[in-house]
Amino acid sequence: MHEWALAESILSAAQETAEKEHLKTINEITILLGELQQIEHDIFEFALKELAKTEGKKLKHVKFHIKQEKSMLQCTRCEHTWSFDEMKKTLGIDEAEAIHFIPEIAFVHARCPKCSSPDFDIIKGRGVSISSIKGS
Amino acid sequence: MEPRISIINKRLQNVKRVVVVASGKGGVGKSLLSSGLALHLEKKGCRVGLLDLDFYGPSSHIILGVHDVFPQEDKGLIPPRVSGISFMSLVFFTHDKPAPFRGGDITNVILELLAITQWGSLDFLIIDMPPGIGDETLDVLRFIKKSEFLVVTTSSKVAYGAVEKLLVILKEQKIPLLGVVENMKQGSSSFVETEVVGRDIRYLGGILFDPHLEDAIGNTDSLSKTTFMKELVVCFDRIFF
Ligand SMILES: Nc1ncnc2c1ncn2[C@@H]1O[C@H](COP(=O)(O)OP(=O)(O)OP(=O)(O)O)[C@@H](O)[C@H]1O
Ligand SMILES: [Mg+2]
Ligand SMILES: [Zn+2]
Repeated sequence: MHEWALAESILSAAQETAEKEHLKTINEITILLGELQQIEHDIFEFALKELAKTEGKKLKHVKFHIKQEKSMLQCTRCEHTWSFDEMKKTLGIDEAEAIHFIPEIAFVHARCPKCSSPDFDIIKGRGVSISSIKGS
Repeated sequence: MEPRISIINKRLQNVKRVVVVASGKGGVGKSLLSSGLALHLEKKGCRVGLLDLDFYGPSSHIILGVHDVFPQEDKGLIPPRVSGISFMSLVFFTHDKPAPFRGGDITNVILELLAITQWGSLDFLIIDMPPGIGDETLDVLRFIKKSEFLVVTTSSKVAYGAVEKLLVILKEQKIPLLGVVENMKQGSSSFVETEVVGRDIRYLGGILFDPHLEDAIGNTDSLSKTTFMKELVVCFDRIFF
């Protein structure tokens, strides 16, 4: 359940933003879950809500919008693009789990499906990120 | 927006000191000194963590003989205990395969590790660094504000030439610098000591080349009994006790 650690980072970043922008309350946080990291939406949302209760008054009424972000990987050598869905078929359970903990582990256990290069980029859908924070 | 940066301070808030074992040069003994220092501090009764940030050539798990352990998942990852040391390394995820990362990937991996690792309360977190002043060094400076650097060189002018670059940048940036260790010392030249002292940096002493060190790798009991460890203790007790 390392989702908790990442959820905690969202709330801590939100608090930081509130401080920087002099917001009294944060109403809404929109979060992107990149496909590569395979975060469990339900666990993540539960963790966010539980943690928000202990974060003080600025986050008391916050709403979370969680969106899935499809992944895109692109080979640096042959420019072929593919997705984690496709990559997953070539991975063992342990390998997929390692990517869940640290998405860059994809470079260790996966290759470009066209030219077998380990030199590719994660263009989209890496992991957890904040797309917007709204407050007043 | 990147959420992970803001949680790092919290993850390290109960870590009293972060000692970054670094060098401008490869192969000078950073990893041996990191493990040795961690083992020594643990023996002295300190709570110690060891983080291997050398992703291309991770070595700490080989030196400590780490087998069949994995971090425990509990609101993050709790590092397994190896000879009393809380140990974290990317090898738990790479399964010891090559990690062909570019610069931005290295930053992402460091951020992820720092954001999800639950070190708990530690007196010392030792970081075994790769050589040079590239991504890992810059990221440690950026993300871990309480870093104190411990710099390793050998007696060679060639090694020191590269190490000096690291010393200059650390000094320029006013980063806490614990001192310089001269490892695998040969002969009686005081070249390194003179250079280091001339830069107003603490020279912590020399550690001789130990021909029996290789036999002790992978076994922490044997490692603790080497001449290498005896000399390391003399260098480090000057700063830590
Ligand atoms: N004092 C010593 N006596 C004998 N051998 C040593 C000594 N110090 C280090 N070594 C050996 O030198 C080699 C390099 O050491 P080590 O791997 O610790 O260097 P490093 O600086 O971490 O290298 P890298 O830059 O690749 O991370 C190892 O084989 C190690 O066992
Ligand atoms: Mg090393
Ligand atoms: Zn390709």
